[in-house]
Amino acid sequence: MKKTLAILLAAALIFALGACASQPATPTTEAPTDAPVETVPTPENPVIRLSTTTSVNDSGLLPYLIPTFEAKTGYKVEVQSAGTGAAIQKAIDGNADVILVHAKASEEEFIEGGYGVERLPFMYNYFVIVGPKDDPAGVKDSANAAEAFGKIRDAEAKFVSRGDESGTHKAELKIWGDNAPDAATDEWYISAGQGMGACLTMASEQQAYCLTDKATFLSMKDELDLDIALAEGEDMKNTYSLIAVNPEAIDGLNVEGAQAFIDWMLGDEASELIAKYGVEEYGSALFTLIEK
Amino acid sequence: MESFRQAFELLFPPDRELLQIIGVTMRMSFVSTLVSCLIGLPLGALIGSKNFRGKSFLKKLIHTLMGLPPVVAGLIVYSLFTHYGPFGRLDMLFTVEIMSVAQVLLITPVVTGLSSSFIETSSKPVIETARGLGFSGFRTARLCINEGRASLLSVVLNAFGRSIAEVGAVSIVGGNIQWKTRVMTTAIMLETNKGKFSFALALGIILLMIAFAVNALASFIVRENADG
Repeated sequence: MKKTLAILLAAALIFALGACASQPATPTTEAPTDAPVETVPTPENPVIRLSTTTSVNDSGLLPYLIPTFEAKTGYKVEVQSAGTGAAIQKAIDGNADVILVHAKASEEEFIEGGYGVERLPFMYNYFVIVGPKDDPAGVKDSANAAEAFGKIRDAEAKFVSRGDESGTHKAELKIWGDNAPDAATDEWYISAGQGMGACLTMASEQQAYCLTDKATFLSMKDELDLDIALAEGEDMKNTYSLIAVNPEAIDGLNVEGAQAFIDWMLGDEASELIAKYGVEEYGSALFTLIEK
Repeated sequence: MESFRQAFELLFPPDRELLQIIGVTMRMSFVSTLVSCLIGLPLGALIGSKNFRGKSFLKKLIHTLMGLPPVVAGLIVYSLFTHYGPFGRLDMLFTVEIMSVAQVLLITPVVTGLSSSFIETSSKPVIETARGLGFSGFRTARLCINEGRASLLSVVLNAFGRSIAEVGAVSIVGGNIQWKTRVMTTAIMLETNKGKFSFALALGIILLMIAFAVNALASFIVRENADG
């Protein structure tokens, strides 16, 4: 009996390992390897602490960009990713030199509170509404996200919300406007309180709709039983900004490092790389640069 | 401290959502502790009191499983119950029941391992004495339980403590869904991700208070029964 139990447990373990291994690795565009390799002197204060959101990190953009920046300048970027709320709070608590987020209202609050130097919007993409492949609520022909959300609400089709006060969650609430569902009473509205990847996995399992940034969805598409139901409504624009933390409010910052990172991110080299990001895998770039 | 004030405000008067979260937490922890004790205690007693071939291998296996990382337990249960998994048809993913299943997987080895070593070290002398005195099997078992009730209680409380404090497995299989599968630990994680660190700590203080209350109540009950 115990032997059977042991065999069963072993089988469960092996099965689980197999399930993990059979999942395709997250596709990421290879960073260009033809960048000139020079030995650059290490800066005096070499560590830059970048606080960013899960959706930026999950899209694979930073792991694609940062090695080039590090090779060029000798800096070392430590990326911390969390929801927008936490990403900003970490900077307020003095644990980050620069932030990269996508929630305009929170960013402006951060600047007004004196914690940030200047909000530098530099790229955007569109949120997309993803859902079951047969589109049960019929949102495909909606003019914008607000109309699509109305259809989902009328059909009481399942909808997974981030529910974590992240930039994506705030964008979702803005689209609902006064019609925001109540997770306590509307059973079809699932407030998950988790990151973008976990919410998409849940939406796929439950065959639910979900608002997501396009980059994260495309990078996970192979593992999900979901399709894009609506893309590029005018109320679905998603703007990303860089903000250096204000040395007048917080001490112990790597001011030079933060500035070097921002200069490079806004410069020609990063712009070229960002414009190319995703073209190879998905046929179109995942992020669009804001014209300077 | 700010967190203590927030914890107090959440409790007086009690916040409706907090009560629901505590309810889910208790349901999950009690069910999983009960089930793993029903499996683990007899199994532990058997392993501890008998000698058989492969015993040392089995003990090694149990000790390995005692250290099973919660995320791994979560992944195992997830891949079994995912939509296209072998048990996908049961439609149990993202429910409180599945969270209890993951917890049972995690804490049954703990109950089995701890109770078997407890039986081995503390009950054997009792059994030998009882045999010498010519006690019946039932009387011997009662004597063992009476002699070792403090250790047995600590085994059960240890399991309960693991269950109530665990976050990795339950967030994978439960999904941290508001008004449904959110428990204290996943709520703390969510508030941390929101950047509300002091509020998250307030929830942590409340979780510790609950754990303390359960411990106090359990040792009170055991003492009462022993006196009576």
